[in-house]
Amino acid sequence: MTRPGFVLEVDDRTPPLVVHEGEGFRLQEFPLGTRVIYPPESLPAVPDVDAAIAEALLHPLDADPLPTQLRPGMRLTIAFDDVSLPLPPMRAPDIRQRIIEAVLTMAADAGVDDVQLIAANALHRRMTPAELRHIVGERAFRSFHPHGLLTNHDAEDHDNLLHVGLTEKGEDVEINRRAAESDLLVYVNVNLVAMDGGHKSVPIGLASYKSLRHHHNAKTMVRSHSFMDHTKSHLHHSAWRMGRLLKEHLNIFQIETTLNNDVFPSSYDFLMKREWEWSVRDQAAMLGARRALALAPRRLRHKLFHEMRSPYGLTGIHAGDTEAVHERTIANVHRQQLVEVQGQSDVLVLGVPYLGPYNVNSVMNPILATCMGLGYFFNSYRGQPLVRRGGAVILYHPLEANFDQLHHPSYIDFYDEILAESTDPLVIEEKYEQQFATDPWYIHLYRTSHAYHGVHPFYMWYWAAHAMDHVDDVIWVGGDRRTAARLGFRAASTLADALEMASSTVGSSPSISYLHNPPHLIADVR
Amino acid sequence: MMLALEMYRSLSRHVVGRAVGSKVPGLLSGYAAPLRLATVEEPRVDRPGWACLRTRLSGICGSDLGALSGRTSLYFSALVSMPFVPGHEVVAELLDDCEDLPAGTRVVVDPVLGCAARGVEPCHSCAEGATNRCARITVGHLAPGLQTGFCADTGGGWGQTLAAHRSQLHPVPEGYADEQAVLVEPMACAVHAALRAGVTDNARVLVSGAGSVGLLTTYALRNLTGAGEITVVAKHAHQRELALELGATEVVTPGEVLRRLRRATGAFLVEPEHARPYLLGGVDVAVDAVGSRQSLETALGATRAGGRVVLSGMPATADLSAAWFRELEVVGCYSSAHVEPGGRPAFEVAMEMVGGDVVSRLAKTVVAYPLHRWREALDHAHGAGGLGTVKVAFDPSETRR
Repeated sequence: MTRPGFVLEVDDRTPPLVVHEGEGFRLQEFPLGTRVIYPPESLPAVPDVDAAIAEALLHPLDADPLPTQLRPGMRLTIAFDDVSLPLPPMRAPDIRQRIIEAVLTMAADAGVDDVQLIAANALHRRMTPAELRHIVGERAFRSFHPHGLLTNHDAEDHDNLLHVGLTEKGEDVEINRRAAESDLLVYVNVNLVAMDGGHKSVPIGLASYKSLRHHHNAKTMVRSHSFMDHTKSHLHHSAWRMGRLLKEHLNIFQIETTLNNDVFPSSYDFLMKREWEWSVRDQAAMLGARRALALAPRRLRHKLFHEMRSPYGLTGIHAGDTEAVHERTIANVHRQQLVEVQGQSDVLVLGVPYLGPYNVNSVMNPILATCMGLGYFFNSYRGQPLVRRGGAVILYHPLEANFDQLHHPSYIDFYDEILAESTDPLVIEEKYEQQFATDPWYIHLYRTSHAYHGVHPFYMWYWAAHAMDHVDDVIWVGGDRRTAARLGFRAASTLADALEMASSTVGSSPSISYLHNPPHLIADVR
Repeated sequence: MMLALEMYRSLSRHVVGRAVGSKVPGLLSGYAAPLRLATVEEPRVDRPGWACLRTRLSGICGSDLGALSGRTSLYFSALVSMPFVPGHEVVAELLDDCEDLPAGTRVVVDPVLGCAARGVEPCHSCAEGATNRCARITVGHLAPGLQTGFCADTGGGWGQTLAAHRSQLHPVPEGYADEQAVLVEPMACAVHAALRAGVTDNARVLVSGAGSVGLLTTYALRNLTGAGEITVVAKHAHQRELALELGATEVVTPGEVLRRLRRATGAFLVEPEHARPYLLGGVDVAVDAVGSRQSLETALGATRAGGRVVLSGMPATADLSAAWFRELEVVGCYSSAHVEPGGRPAFEVAMEMVGGDVVSRLAKTVVAYPLHRWREALDHAHGAGGLGTVKVAFDPSETRR
């Protein structure tokens, strides 16, 4: 029986708790009375994945069974979520591979010849052939990639974009031409968190900057309360308007999957357990891991973490009409991740781990760490934020000013130039976004190398806009002081120091909540 | 007789200085420099228009340090006469009447020893006022020497007295401190560089280097041209502040210059194998105000096709592929001329410019050493950037206590 998530109140028997901080973790003693929010234990996985996939494709929601929609001579496009999901990457075979193979088998049986596979990477970096192979599997890769039929979406290839129209609010809907002109677009999603999926898949994953700018902006992001609740997120409202417009022009068969909380492989099992329940073996594994990480050179430590593959289990798969499917998907996500929490606190503590959606096989630079902490983790709530307005957020991450030259070239300039001038999302959006979005060099690198689009660091900063607007103090424990200052935050050596620093904002005995994440969770704050 | 620092011919010191002088400045000033403090004959040129001067202050220039460390090209060996007293940034006072200037007049010296000083018929360049391009610098009444401070007959500013011709002298206005006046010669060079740069209105300019040459060139570019954005490459924090004060739009470190200019100009950054990265696109005009290989290659690599690169520092050998491939105009820029574009002498313009508030404040940071502390002075000059100093000078009037 899987135990639900729960809220622990720290007392004098509570052991030190795991807090992630970049490529490592620490055991932290929290002040008495701290609320620690634990995710539910991992749900049991679907025992027969292939049968579940077949069931979803043959009995879709508010749509005809997939085989009946396939016919010879038709144009079929299969789009899929890119390398940013799931995190860490899934142990092979990736769930997308199994679904894509099932769809391709049905297409072959129906005599469909014109099939293309497109990674829905929007303005994310192009995936490498190895990354594509991991997602779609060897068979599909060998059949499609050498012939140019398995590609990354190119949001700057204007000949291959189609402006489908405007929403009722005047938002441009421009997506990949091949997808837009297909007789059937099958979208294969991995719904790791509640923010993913639904109309966020096609209208965002296959869109251009012209389309994305309508919702990926500071004003929209600061009003999205939260990203993890699409009914309250202005970003999602915009995506939903776009999705409904697309539905009028395009036959989309949405396939969404949900995963359980088996985030870490067995050697890191203890990270998914509650600390006071650690067995001797868990404690030994924890001590061994900490010792090894402390002794390992930086490159080895990086390699150890980034080669980690998760043994995720499938908790559900639904296919058919996007909105009908997404409703079921969200229910599944909530089943795995939702934890009820009573009321807000003065201080929210978050540990930022080594990996986020945009540094797979790369480095989590300070901008991505900010996005991860203040963007995604802060927004892991439903109802109201875990921390009160005017409160403080304390995050753990080294905040080293290291940038991956290949993946994040525009981030370096954003950090050096833009953040040096202003950290206000609205100001930097108005003054600089266009410069970066239209910079021909960034566009060149996005299209031909493996670089995130020039505008991407702006989006990362906007993700954090709601948190920055909501709280009065952001302090990074263990963070590089100069980097924190550049970001407009402060750094502290210890939690005690951070609380002391925050006392001017929240007083000397604040209420504290610690979001024990990962595995992922959503605080349902009442 | 007078006390002076004398540079002499020494093959062994030249070789040692060349090998390690730039890397170990202490060695250069302590052991390897072909320089000595000596009591020598006062220089005197018994020709019309010549006079003796008593040095009040004489700056240490990058070209002086280059000569001492053996980094200067042997190209110049035919244009100097050994032994000589260095020092070509000179503020001094006349010991004799000199034509219209009475004894006691405080002057700065235009160091170029052109046809007028040498007593020969004006060459084509001197006739046009381009005295810095004089073709007669090895002949006439004087030993070879491209400038005062490189000629055995005239002496130089690093001695207690020197000789100069009336054509070289520019009276210093009342109210100017010696520290201001000693900046007139480098400012004249900066004026010449700014005007040689051919900057069109709103052109984007890069100044590579924020030593005295780079800073004063930035000031001249801002005040004498219609330059738009001026990006200055500076290593040290105080240089950054000064560059901004003197007219730079932005200041970047050597490590970030290409990235910053790439973004500012919409250029593409190319990274060749085993060579420095460069831009396809870039600034309209770049000024190399250092003279090192790295600085020159930065200037060449950051300039757009068809743009102009000005060699303001004495240049090192560098990869000129960009100049060929990008069809750059590489423009030399030596000293200053009696007639600059616009018709005025560079020294006249420079004299006005050093009177400005910003340069006056800069002048207050000039550090003066007596001659007998020459090793410390050279050490200081070598590390001036890191030590927060813009100009180090000798004050030969100070004697050992």
